[in-house]
Amino acid sequence: MVGKAMLVLFAWALTAWPAPVTAAERYVTVASTTSTEQSGLFRHILPIFEKKTGIRVRVVALGTGQALDMARRGDADVVFVHAREQEEKFLAEEYGVRRCDVMYNDFVLVGPRSDPARVGGGKDIVAAVRKIKEARAPFVSRGDRSGTHVAELKLWRLAGIEIAKEKGRWYRDTGQGMGPALNTAASMSAYILSDRGTWLSFRNRGELAILVEGDKRLFNQYGIMLVNPQKHPHVKREWGQAFIDWVTSSEGQRAIAAYRIGGEQLFFPNAARGNNPDAGSSSRPGA
Amino acid sequence: MLPLRLENVSFAIGGRRIIDSVSVEIAGGPRTVILGPNGAGKSVLMRLCHGLFEPTSGAIEWRGAGVNGRPRQQAMVFQRPVMLRRSALGNVLYGMRLAGVARGECDLRARDMLEVVGLAHVTDRPARVLSGGEQQRLALARAWALNPEVLFLDEPTANLDPAATREIETIIGAIHAGGTKIIMTTHNLGQARRLADEILFIHEGRLVERAPVGEFFAGPASAEARSFIKGELPW
Amino acid sequence: MNDIVLALGEALRLIGGLDAKLTGIVVLSLEISLSAVAIAAVLGLPLGAVIAVERFAGRQALIVLLNALMGLPPVVVGLLVYLMLSRAGPLGPLGLLFTPTAMVVAQSILILPIIAALSRQVIEDAWREYEEQLRSLGARRFDAALTLMWDTRFSLVTVVLAGFGRAAAEVGAVIIVGGNIDGVTRVMTTTIALETSKGDLPLALGLGMILVGLVLALNGIAHSIREAVQRRYG
Repeated sequence: MVGKAMLVLFAWALTAWPAPVTAAERYVTVASTTSTEQSGLFRHILPIFEKKTGIRVRVVALGTGQALDMARRGDADVVFVHAREQEEKFLAEEYGVRRCDVMYNDFVLVGPRSDPARVGGGKDIVAAVRKIKEARAPFVSRGDRSGTHVAELKLWRLAGIEIAKEKGRWYRDTGQGMGPALNTAASMSAYILSDRGTWLSFRNRGELAILVEGDKRLFNQYGIMLVNPQKHPHVKREWGQAFIDWVTSSEGQRAIAAYRIGGEQLFFPNAARGNNPDAGSSSRPGA
Repeated sequence: MLPLRLENVSFAIGGRRIIDSVSVEIAGGPRTVILGPNGAGKSVLMRLCHGLFEPTSGAIEWRGAGVNGRPRQQAMVFQRPVMLRRSALGNVLYGMRLAGVARGECDLRARDMLEVVGLAHVTDRPARVLSGGEQQRLALARAWALNPEVLFLDEPTANLDPAATREIETIIGAIHAGGTKIIMTTHNLGQARRLADEILFIHEGRLVERAPVGEFFAGPASAEARSFIKGELPW
Repeated sequence: MNDIVLALGEALRLIGGLDAKLTGIVVLSLEISLSAVAIAAVLGLPLGAVIAVERFAGRQALIVLLNALMGLPPVVVGLLVYLMLSRAGPLGPLGLLFTPTAMVVAQSILILPIIAALSRQVIEDAWREYEEQLRSLGARRFDAALTLMWDTRFSLVTVVLAGFGRAAAEVGAVIIVGGNIDGVTRVMTTTIALETSKGDLPLALGLGMILVGLVLALNGIAHSIREAVQRRYG
């Protein structure tokens, strides 16, 4: 009896085997960052593109470093990330074809309202991180080679601090995505550098609030690249390019500008006019 | 395949001799009962004969069998029969199928067997829910269905009440009457008297005495057998 | 405490709403984990049975290895499968990375040792009880393995359920080989991980409650079938 039931179960399980992706389905795989995925931007803009072109966009969200590595192995058609130097390196290695600016937002320094290191109020981010270090106030680092992590390391350098050598117990290297790192910071009332998009969509804030923002050194530029089909012949060049063209077009740029959480705009489109012939009409608020 | 000949058979586990240089020839016909006190090596001797154990030294030969041949026309019923998790009928069929009995023949013969041992009413009942006596009768049916030339029985009634014991003894008689050689162990003197034609008396791994049942009980030749019959040795 | 109450409300809201998206995620989760369990059972149960009854060189080492592999970290399995299926890996041309099939493969590998090791133990225990009887009836080891699998079927159901539980609960392997792509490879556990990342703890916990409920329901069904049938077959 049970044997029969088990057989039926197995048979059912086998027939329920997930249907392999049909060759007819058109899709591109985009390696992107947790900040774009977790902020909800993709859920907002992708349906518009998919409806227009019939090309599905499959987003695998990782840290920028991991996303670029994934593309290096040929597991993505397009990369959409935010760490300029790493992107340039990727291009120099000829893994990417051409890089286009898409949008920017900014990083914010988040910390406990009680602000034990007294960094709040000002705009100077470099002075702020120096104070955190001097106060040995808890600071959570992504530590995962993501764009945000790269940006954070650059801030320590600008402050004249060799963080790898000078970090103490106050500096918590979590090796996690933006969200989990924010969860960690919230639970230990630590300072943390976050991209604004993830921060705005983050729900579990606890005692955390934005303490420093608006410094031009907190600028966070996103770029998009097609993976080089000469390195990886299976790359879906046509559809990948279609996505890149759309994201940098006026329609794509408008869609990005229209994404808001609580009335606040998360990403500011800035695709270059020259790169993207029809990007001129995009809204371009100042930094 | 009979007679069964044992030549200087010894069996040891971890250096301890359990069977010690037994030589005997067992012919077809009479019911042979291996008798002896607890721990004498009766069950081990039977397993050696049945081929479940390999002798440490010495040889066991069936007539007409090759060097490694273990003739199939034999079966064994254990003190605690292992019932498979299937119906009573399924248990009988299982043995027959392993023995290569033609499928068409199986079902009819298996039902016959259940009828003969008085289990027709539980044919489709799961074997594991049967009583101890019923399970042992089923074990006999399963063995008998193979139509063995020799049937080994290892203390087949040791765990049963007197009524169940009588039923089992009746069936053993019927199997013998059907022409199957019976070789069985018991420590029950009454059962030995009722069922045996000849006695092999084992003590501490040695074959001490062999005699027709009447002679054995009337006047055992060995001191060990005498004290066993008087109940001075542990059962 | 408050968060847990919120999570319970969230779970009820999700179940009550029963939106297509959640249903899709639940169905995909079940398809993947049940497929993985089916594959691991078809391979693992006979493997366990053979190891239980056969005697061969290296058998003890194999048993130790299988028992140890029960603790295989999902992330490690995920990474291995990822590197195999990556375009740069040996199976790259199959194009299976970031598909449900890749997730089934990873979960099958993860739970195969569990099913093989536990069934080996169950069947070997039964073999101790059955060995003399089966050999007396003339069963060869192959016959014995089949017979024992059938006779221990009630215990093997539990073994398979243990495998299913592990498959349904793990996130480390599927998130790596599946990529957690919305609508394609997003399952219950990766959704929970994502919502946790987004700091929406009540939603994550609510989803977790639904997952536990599903696993509980499946186990309940299997258990009652087993009980009913075992009462009949002893």
